[in-house]
Amino acid sequence: MLLEVHNLNVYYGAIHALQGISFHVEEGEIVTLIGANGAGKSTTLRTISGLLRTRTGYIRYKGRDITNTPAQEIVKMGISHVPEGRKIFAPLTVRENLLMGAYTRNDPNEIQRTMERVFASFPRLKERINQLGGTLSGGEQQMLAMGRGLMSRPTLLLLDEPSMGLSPILVEEIFRIIQEINQQGTSILLVEQNAHMALSIAHRAYVLETGRIVLSGTAKEVAENPMVKAAYLGV
Amino acid sequence: MELGFLLGSLVKIIAIIAYLYGLMWLLARPSIWIKIAGLVGAFGIVQLALTDINGFRLLNNFDSGLLFQASAMTMVALGLNLIYGFNGQFSLGQWGFYGIGAYAAADITYRWINGDARGLLVLGLGALIGTLTLLGINKWLQRFRGIPVLSSFTLYLIGALITGAAAVYLGNQLNPLLTPLLGSVAEPGPLNSPVAQQVIYFLAVILAGIFAAQISFLFGLPVLTLGSDYFGIATLGFTIVVNTLMINSDTILPFPEMKGGRGMIGIPKLTTWFSAFFFMMAVIIIMRNLVHSSTGRSIVAVREDEIAAKAMGIDVAGAKLMSFVVGSFFAGIGGAVYAHYIGFLSPGTFNFLAGFNPLIIVVFGGLGSMTGTIAASFGWIFFLEGMLRVLLSQMGTEAPTWRFVLYPITLLLLMLIRPQGLFGSIEWGFLKGPEFITAPRQQPEPAHKSAI
Repeated sequence: MLLEVHNLNVYYGAIHALQGISFHVEEGEIVTLIGANGAGKSTTLRTISGLLRTRTGYIRYKGRDITNTPAQEIVKMGISHVPEGRKIFAPLTVRENLLMGAYTRNDPNEIQRTMERVFASFPRLKERINQLGGTLSGGEQQMLAMGRGLMSRPTLLLLDEPSMGLSPILVEEIFRIIQEINQQGTSILLVEQNAHMALSIAHRAYVLETGRIVLSGTAKEVAENPMVKAAYLGV
Repeated sequence: MELGFLLGSLVKIIAIIAYLYGLMWLLARPSIWIKIAGLVGAFGIVQLALTDINGFRLLNNFDSGLLFQASAMTMVALGLNLIYGFNGQFSLGQWGFYGIGAYAAADITYRWINGDARGLLVLGLGALIGTLTLLGINKWLQRFRGIPVLSSFTLYLIGALITGAAAVYLGNQLNPLLTPLLGSVAEPGPLNSPVAQQVIYFLAVILAGIFAAQISFLFGLPVLTLGSDYFGIATLGFTIVVNTLMINSDTILPFPEMKGGRGMIGIPKLTTWFSAFFFMMAVIIIMRNLVHSSTGRSIVAVREDEIAAKAMGIDVAGAKLMSFVVGSFFAGIGGAVYAHYIGFLSPGTFNFLAGFNPLIIVVFGGLGSMTGTIAASFGWIFFLEGMLRVLLSQMGTEAPTWRFVLYPITLLLLMLIRPQGLFGSIEWGFLKGPEFITAPRQQPEPAHKSAI
């Protein structure tokens, strides 16, 4: 098991945001967490990547307990978080943004090689290499955010709402690239509101509702569940 | 006379800006020899202008005073630009660290020329043992995860107090070994020759910087966890506390030589153009290399977005603390250079209102622009102190006060016309950083062309 999350309880002050969440990600999988606004999807990712702390339960990565480890240690272990809303560094160039993603790594040749691989996945970034991050279009910014996440050479990539605010064509392209990244050996934990797209590429899925997991199974099972169909797929 | 003076002042300001531009341009040349020649030449030109040749000096005492003040201000303002401009932490504490640096260095050299080596010994040992202790505690704390800031702060504070006491004790023990060599003011000993004094002065400046950095580390650790506005208020409080301590330095602090509110007199005037230029260029070069390193990018990343920076694996608290400590180090050095130029320190100089000066300079020059800060520091001193003060004083004895009306208006106009500051994000030559960053932005790649 690559990542095992057990009984997470996370609070924002008095608000009980995650109420005992447990799930796991196997090596080489795409696992998606779907759910409505405020269900706790982003909170889950932030807790895994060390941005938030949990009160109970544990997170195990490659069999090692990483609960409440500082974010910078988590990145070094090989978990990379692509935050919601892209959050790229606007006054830095595309190249500098990508270099920021490799902040925890030291060998310049290795970093250069990773950058070439990122450019192979996102050729559009190479065209814009010296452009400021803030001047990119929404889709390009999403690509930059994902490329930046890949620069630390993660084993597990946490993607938070990669389709947010993008046109349907761009969404398709982004999801195609997510599948590509996965085929190259990176496991992916994907958080999405666009349940239809997420379920179409994921191996397994969990449905979150107000801080609880209400349904889990293979992506196909979840997609065919009548409740999910009614609530999230609008069928 | 006024017109001649006005023109002369304007010519001076333009000459200095051109001088700085030329220096940065020369430093950007790839050959190391040109860089060195540029530094030596830049130093030499001003030195020549300051020397008396057949009774003629291009820069008189008044101008040279402005020059030294401007170079000290450059160091302080660059430090603040690192904290506020590059790291985004709104700090009003810079002036406090400037004062700490000034008083610490002045105390070392004042005691030294009066036959007392304790200032140097205590601060020197404190810098050595204190830094080692703080780094040791830091190394040890890294074994644990998720320690609350206040707990680690308590440990650091205890460590700092113990090493401080140890440094004072050792300094007092070692002092008798050195005093016979120092002599007194009337009969200077072998360690008080002019050359030895310069060496002690250089040590004093660096130790003052380290002392300010250590204080900023202890202060910044708990305070940097506050949000930006609260951080600003806390640092303002710090400046006021430092000022109060200065006013009462002879009563509540055991430093009778600082003479409290009456001001510290008799500081040896050891700052020469060489040392001012040396420290200013050191600060500029260190800052430029820091900003264009991966650490510098992490500092900017923290300013832009803390969540994203964390997700990149940047230690956000560490990056903030580092820029705060380095910025305070620069302020301490600037204060030390200033103290030994002016020879007299009064707590009034370090009053919190004056503490807004570096902030105004940084905003005026452009947040996150080193060029802007350097040019604005020189422009500020030469325009405000050099030109307006003299011009206005001819209109009546109270008229110079009007410059505090004129410069806010200038600032107001600048903010309306150019909100990003005089220089925005423009950097000159050397300050632009290594080649790949300066490569023209948005230049289409050849591969892209063929794809079309």
